[in-house]
Amino acid sequence: MNTGHADIAMTLLNIFGVLTTAVLLTALLTWGERRLLGFWQDRPGPNRVGPFGLMQVVADMIKLFFKEDFIPRFADAPVFLLAPTIVMATTLLAFVVVPFSPAVGVIDMHIGLLFFLAMSALAVYSVVLGAYASGNKYALLGGLRAAAQTVSYEVFMGLSLMGVVMLAGSFDLRSIVMAQENGWFLLPQMLGCAIFLVAGIAESHRLPLDLPEAEHELTAGFHTEYSGMKFGLFFVGEYLSILLISALVTTLFLGGWLGPWLPPLVWFALKTFALVCLFILLRAALPRPRYDQLMAFGWKVMLPLALLNLVVTGSVLIWRG
Amino acid sequence: MELVSFYISALIALMASLLAVISRNAVHALLMLIVSLLAVACIFYQIGAPLAAALQVIVYAGAILVLMVFVIMMLNQGKAAVDQETQWLARENWLAPASLAGALLVMMLYLLWDSASRGAAARSVSAAEVGLAMYSKYLLVVELASFVLLAGLVGAFHLARRHTADSAASTNNAASTESVKSARGVR
Repeated sequence: MNTGHADIAMTLLNIFGVLTTAVLLTALLTWGERRLLGFWQDRPGPNRVGPFGLMQVVADMIKLFFKEDFIPRFADAPVFLLAPTIVMATTLLAFVVVPFSPAVGVIDMHIGLLFFLAMSALAVYSVVLGAYASGNKYALLGGLRAAAQTVSYEVFMGLSLMGVVMLAGSFDLRSIVMAQENGWFLLPQMLGCAIFLVAGIAESHRLPLDLPEAEHELTAGFHTEYSGMKFGLFFVGEYLSILLISALVTTLFLGGWLGPWLPPLVWFALKTFALVCLFILLRAALPRPRYDQLMAFGWKVMLPLALLNLVVTGSVLIWRG
Repeated sequence: MELVSFYISALIALMASLLAVISRNAVHALLMLIVSLLAVACIFYQIGAPLAAALQVIVYAGAILVLMVFVIMMLNQGKAAVDQETQWLARENWLAPASLAGALLVMMLYLLWDSASRGAAARSVSAAEVGLAMYSKYLLVVELASFVLLAGLVGAFHLARRHTADSAASTNNAASTESVKSARGVR
């Protein structure tokens, strides 16, 4: 009985620990991104509120919470309310299958990787429904782009991961990490990793692939009509998915928590942090492609490469027996 | 515990399907259909088919219905569509489908009654088992499905290709080439 209680307490601690850390890190990330962007663009960034401008996060949150919560008269109200919650819910749900260290991690599903793909597939509804419910032409254009972009890039996001699944022989993320004890999958699956990164950027519609909200052409794209905390949910959802994709790349290609000397959780955090910085650097360094270039790149370059990766990995595995 | 969650998922699936049928707004109906598909995925997971559950969410809920929402968004149906739907959902139109569905329900209840003594196959089927079955026992079905998909692919290619050839032939100034390019990109 006693051990049962201890188990439940551990599980609850794990669940709330992971959720709180994810959301807090996301909040910090909004500040971190602006400071890093500032550093790379040779300007200070937000440095006024509190030490190093850290309190900027709090100031932004207060602003978002106290803004008027406005639903346009022409909007489809129930769907308009539902849309921003979907991205938060699906992205946070996807965190449950990530193994942070041998002891930390909410659940070990034997279809863990597929669960992540399913949740990232559902996240697109947030954008599409938000765009539809806004009843605004810019939002609608953003939503159309988001739907086409996400459905296209999802195809080879899944395909690029199948090489890892073949090497590890499992969809379970914990076994995938354990299978990397003799070497990270980054080396044999370099192509798969690159494809997954690009697909991840497209899925979380971050710059340079943020065409659904391209502010030069579409005001703010799908979230044009959103204000206050409802916009905040979209905003936080985007940063959450950066964290999620980084954590996933760490798990799948960089050996997860594996590493010498330091404790496992520190290794995981370090690798994820490096990837998040890479995401931000990409935003600072690369221009946004045109929409047709994005689609052509996806179908004509990335998809064949992902298939090639699959064929080569499969042949090598069969050749080795 | 498993039984309780099974019945909850089943209830959600039934309610959502019903609401999908009687909803007057196309997007709301689609949302209900998505909820219903997710509930069915939960049932798959509970009765020991995790791969089927994951694929149900990824393929049906995550891709096919996104495309349906996409199309309905482009049609931009307003109040007129809702009025028309209300008209179609008049009482006399309910009679035939409801009686057919009722007959199906009676049949299903009878079958359930009949097989109540046999338990459901409470065994978890792994992804590897599904893969092996697909490429040994059901190889022919997989090949037939790939025929259908290939036909669809060729058809889509043909339709899109003719469109670009026509517009390139009718006008060949720089602007039209640009629009052809973007049309290709949208596809």
